[in-house]
Amino acid sequence: MEFLDFRWDIIWNYRESFIRGIWVTLILTICGFIGGFILGVLLGLGKNSKKKWLYFPCKLYIDLFRGTPLLVQIFIIHLALIPTLFGHSLGFMVSGITALVLNCAAYTAEIIRAGIQSIDKGQMEAARSLGLNQFQAMRKVILPQAFRRMIPPLGNEFITLLKDSSLVTVIAANDILYAAKVVSGAYFRFWEPYLAAAALYLTLTFIVSKVVSLIERRFSIEYNPRKNKNEGRVGA
Amino acid sequence: MIKIENLHKSFGELHVLNGIDYEIQEKEVVCVIGPSGSGKSTFLRCINLLEEISDGAIYIDGTKVNDRNTDINKIRTEVGMVFQQFNLFPHMTVIDNITMAPMLIRKMNKHEAEELALELLSKVGLREKAYNYPQQLSGGQQQRVAIARALAMKPKVMLFDEPTSALDPEMVNEVLDVMKQLAFEGMTMVVVTHEMGFAREVADRVIFMDGGVIVEEGKPEDIFGNPKHERTKAFLSKVL
Repeated sequence: MEFLDFRWDIIWNYRESFIRGIWVTLILTICGFIGGFILGVLLGLGKNSKKKWLYFPCKLYIDLFRGTPLLVQIFIIHLALIPTLFGHSLGFMVSGITALVLNCAAYTAEIIRAGIQSIDKGQMEAARSLGLNQFQAMRKVILPQAFRRMIPPLGNEFITLLKDSSLVTVIAANDILYAAKVVSGAYFRFWEPYLAAAALYLTLTFIVSKVVSLIERRFSIEYNPRKNKNEGRVGA
Repeated sequence: MIKIENLHKSFGELHVLNGIDYEIQEKEVVCVIGPSGSGKSTFLRCINLLEEISDGAIYIDGTKVNDRNTDINKIRTEVGMVFQQFNLFPHMTVIDNITMAPMLIRKMNKHEAEELALELLSKVGLREKAYNYPQQLSGGQQQRVAIARALAMKPKVMLFDEPTSALDPEMVNEVLDVMKQLAFEGMTMVVVTHEMGFAREVADRVIFMDGGVIVEEGKPEDIFGNPKHERTKAFLSKVL
């Protein structure tokens, strides 16, 4: 049985590929998420807008990118869009990050929209009745509250993106999965490299989920009545 | 001070306000009473344009509120509003709730704004709660903070939308007392309320609304003591 004689030394021999793979995966994911978040905020606000000319393009974008597979988007961007725009490929990094940003933005937009809509209508009314304009009310009253509620789903989105970034390996990105592929190609062994890749992804997602719950706790502290212990709570 | 001309408001097919004409003078306290669904809250919300006006006009200090060229944010800084559900900002302390708008819009510095906030909190009897969060306060206390928050913009008019309806009975009076004090100091107030005792005691004039129109209006002693209209009589016989 192959099971019994795992040859972990072949992973060790290719440790540099795996370490580079971790970096590439992290860079793809972090850049994809940051870009996706910024674009997603704009799209989410747009989809919340009452103005039709703002709402419909945003809705169309979100439907398009959520309704098609990321793999297909990666191929279109890498093989069709970028060569058409620039005349030649700009490498897997540019194509990969572009695809992840555009894809992540669509999902983030929905998280942003839902977060904003979950805030009681009275908050906006109270802010506007004090004379704040729409933008000020969003910035000072709605978004700070909505953001807290967005942290858990945004964390999920980050983890999903981390895993989905492995798709970029199809355009020859040398990420974690690519390292596994190289090892399996060199030794014709499949258990060790792909289990190693799985373990690396698992470790990364585990760390991310810990960080997310840490952030979650950090932000709920500001609300925590116990912070003002000496002031005492008066009956509700 | 506030002039309302032929005010209409409909939500789709539903006509909530069917032509309201009214004028409110400076320093007047006007209480709006009526059965639920009579349009009294909508009427109030139209004054600072929280509801879009379907037809008619509202003038505050001679400025037409529902005009394209009117800066509604400017108008709203002059019109304070207190809501049934308080609507304090839960992510800010009590004092931040009060200082935010003056700092952002009146461009007060932090020191000035906090001094003003503490002064207003003393006025509503909650100075010691300045650094608590709203959810640490009782309903009555939250509503008093909401009043202080509205007053921090130094409005010319205060609108109250059923300010005591969401409160436990024992907390109603602490809020009404603050409102009485405000009325006594000469604030112009429009109060939608179910508190008939308050209306009778504090109001200069009482409006009875039903079916989206003003059925009857007058001095409280006339409305409560000698209502002329059948619908007013029927309503008052149920609530008094």
